[in-house]
Amino acid sequence: MVGRRLAAGVVTLFLVSVVVFLATEVLPGNAAYAILGHEGTPARVRALEVALHLNRGLLDQYWIWISGLFTGNLGHSLANGLPVWGYVEPRIINSAVLVFVTGVIGAFAGVALGAVTALRKDGWPDHVISVVVLAITSLPEFVVAIALIIVLSTAVWHVLPAVSLLAPGTYAWSQPELLVLPVATLVIVITPYILRMMRAAMVEALESDYVEMARLKGTPEWRVVLVHALPNAIAPTIQVIGLTFLYLAGGVVIVEYVFNFPGIGQALVNAVNGRDIPVIQFIVLALAAFYLVVNIVTDVIALLATPRRRIVS
Amino acid sequence: MSEKPGGKGRPGAPPRPEASGKHSVSQSAAPQAKTTTAQPEARLKVAGLEVRLGRSGPDVVGDVSFAVQAGEVLGLVGESGSGKTTVALALLGHARRGLRITAGQVLLDGTDLLALNPRDLRAARGARVSYVPQDPSSALNPALRVGTQIREVLQVHPGAAGNAGDRVAEVMQEVHLDPTPEMLRRYPHQLSGGQQQRIALAMAFACRPSLIVLDEPTTGLDVSTQRHVLDTVRSLCRSHAVAAVYVSHDLAVVSGLASGVAVMYAGRVVETGPAARVLGEPVHPYTRGLIRAVPSPERIEALAGIDGQQPRPARRGPGCSFAARCGHATGDCATQAPELVTVADRAVRCLRAQDIQASHPARTPLVAGPPAGAGTPALSVREVTASYGSTPVLSGISLEVPPRSCVAIVGESGSGKTTLARCIAGLHGNWTGEITFQGTPLARGTRQRDKNALRRVQYIFQNPYTSLNPRRTIGQIIDQQLGQLTGLSHAKRSARAASILEDVSLDPDVLSCYPDQLSGGERQRVAIARALAVQPDLLICDEVTSSLDVSVQAIVVELLRRIQQERHLAMIFITHNLALVRAIAQSAVVLHHGTLAESGPVEQILEHPAHPCTQRLIADMPRLRSSRTHRPPDPHDTPDRPDRRS
Repeated sequence: MVGRRLAAGVVTLFLVSVVVFLATEVLPGNAAYAILGHEGTPARVRALEVALHLNRGLLDQYWIWISGLFTGNLGHSLANGLPVWGYVEPRIINSAVLVFVTGVIGAFAGVALGAVTALRKDGWPDHVISVVVLAITSLPEFVVAIALIIVLSTAVWHVLPAVSLLAPGTYAWSQPELLVLPVATLVIVITPYILRMMRAAMVEALESDYVEMARLKGTPEWRVVLVHALPNAIAPTIQVIGLTFLYLAGGVVIVEYVFNFPGIGQALVNAVNGRDIPVIQFIVLALAAFYLVVNIVTDVIALLATPRRRIVS
Repeated sequence: MSEKPGGKGRPGAPPRPEASGKHSVSQSAAPQAKTTTAQPEARLKVAGLEVRLGRSGPDVVGDVSFAVQAGEVLGLVGESGSGKTTVALALLGHARRGLRITAGQVLLDGTDLLALNPRDLRAARGARVSYVPQDPSSALNPALRVGTQIREVLQVHPGAAGNAGDRVAEVMQEVHLDPTPEMLRRYPHQLSGGQQQRIALAMAFACRPSLIVLDEPTTGLDVSTQRHVLDTVRSLCRSHAVAAVYVSHDLAVVSGLASGVAVMYAGRVVETGPAARVLGEPVHPYTRGLIRAVPSPERIEALAGIDGQQPRPARRGPGCSFAARCGHATGDCATQAPELVTVADRAVRCLRAQDIQASHPARTPLVAGPPAGAGTPALSVREVTASYGSTPVLSGISLEVPPRSCVAIVGESGSGKTTLARCIAGLHGNWTGEITFQGTPLARGTRQRDKNALRRVQYIFQNPYTSLNPRRTIGQIIDQQLGQLTGLSHAKRSARAASILEDVSLDPDVLSCYPDQLSGGERQRVAIARALAVQPDLLICDEVTSSLDVSVQAIVVELLRRIQQERHLAMIFITHNLALVRAIAQSAVVLHHGTLAESGPVEQILEHPAHPCTQRLIADMPRLRSSRTHRPPDPHDTPDRPDRRS
């Protein structure tokens, strides 16, 4: 099953690479004009086009790009002349750290709070959390980010940096305090979705016949919750956690922009503004690969958590 | 855990009803007075049990008292909504969400379970009193291996068994399952319904409890599997001197198992006493009604259900809750609440118990319908072979439905009954052979059939809870059918819908109801009305009563029989319960593993079955025993046949 999914993933990646390549080709103007701007005389534009292989056929250009991907030669950024990998790599790492830390904290917080609200259904913690969650889900992430900045970095307290300025080529974990606000923003944004799914699944599990049966067997309540209800509630929640990771891969763009966090989202926005086609192509392809991997991993984990689907009799 | 007073409970000694010393009608007997006179050695004694909706809401069950000896089974009988499951759960000190046990005692070996603190109650549950659920497919945890689930009950009650592994193996053998590691490593969904119920039984018996509560454990199992589960329950209760409370809506099942019976109606015990007396000569009009509803392969008489429904907890009036449905009711019945009185060896909650006891229950002999029409058969099936994917389900089935007659298709689950019906209706397209309907061959699937062919063959599904669209009113459901299959104008469709509801004895108000506002029996009547509305020539009824109470089943079967005769319909009636066949069909076809085992007139099949499969179906049928005689020697008592999944 996993093998088939992987093969399908490779085909999908190939199609994505074609689409990305064509999409960047149809952007108005070409890179030579974009780079040279107003100073571009026709002769200099022509020379640059040759250097960038822009004068070749589409197929040739695609082949040069895709074979470069496999040989580690991703070309150079058109905007700053740096090798694409050297320019993008620390940013990918920074974003990955942001997504991973956020995802893990959000998943644990969502599952734990969801389970607690389900256990205290209709009690005051459930009502308070439900109202807060409803309020948060109606806010866009930049509002959350700005609210956090106002409270923690400017007007009220001044305990955390409002922008995450990092020297180019350095990694975020060298200055962990820079991660706090971006991570907090994203955790606040994603946790409600996981929490609500977990609460609904847990409520259903707690009212199921098998939980009643477990209680009638004399099973202690902690065991009823942890051994009987939780595993059955986790399975549907895993799907939502997977979706959350996918959302994060896109959601970092706005949050990185607000905090000026040197990650992949910021790099992508800059690259699009500067017609930096090699960088755009690589980042988009990397994001597509991330989507595929998360999807497959989610499905595998969900399958492991659901014997009914895993073992067909 | 608890010592076993093995010699105490003498098998065969029926528990006496409360207040057994008084043989005169006494209206003033207070509940307290009654409980004190109960036999002291009873393993389980329930006294004045009351469960309410919330803390002070209306009572769901009240004044429930009975006693069970060790090694004996008490049958707790009643229709859905009578409160029997509420009582069953209260025996374990448990009340479902919204309910609260507000009064009474559940004395198990002298300890009141309802007075225990939560810790001691938890220790008692599963160890001293255990529970077997109605539907093991939802009561077994889908995420845990069955071995884990059996071991768990021993784990949480340390000291219940010396060696947990040995006990698991022992109890698995007792319920006729292989205690192999492969079996124990399976998940519930890898087992058949019968095997799942055995796992639940193994769990219940693992700690050697004093009391076991079985909540309709065989509902949803076919007769053969049901028979095996019942045999297992009976022998385990005897050999371990366990007292058992067996909840069921089916008096036939209870009569083969229980030595005492308590009949519940609208939250009250209305008749209780020795099974032979209560079931043999019932006194309460409700008990009599339940017994008339049980189909019998021997008696040739019309099935009679009990019309109407029992009032919900908040709607019970001051008088007898059964008065509105009772043929014996007088003016007093509506105003005066009856107390339990002792009449003819049992306690009866009826003001007119003495008068009624003297009268004999009426029986309606079955009026034979018009003889099956001769001439070309309405439907003929020739050499039909069908498969699901690459799995063959039917091979070479041939049968004929004579005009204006009903043919029953009988078989165990997995024998291919439903697949055959789906082939005829065009719902299953993957078959070969020939199906001719009134001289014209039918196309394979519904998509290849024209409107007229679709209209003429109508199908009624097993489960009325899922076969009606929950988001449409009954009027819309019937109108949609008429709009799609007939060319009638809007006005004519409305008139047809109203008249068809009358034909199935439903109120015209039902037209504006949604399915969830109706009871199971009413829903199935709507499903029948939907099929009849388009004036079909062939009606296929697929296990239409298997999800209904026995009393409602009788009404639905009787309705179908009347309609079939009045409208001269050809009908196919699918069932796993041979007892129903005599009440409705003229001939029967028995399927076995996808092949035709035998076919012929109903009398011949029931009285002189030729195929071993038919003989087994007849032997396994639950029968109402009017007098407790010895069970006939059982040809297949010990070995466990593999249960087939449906």
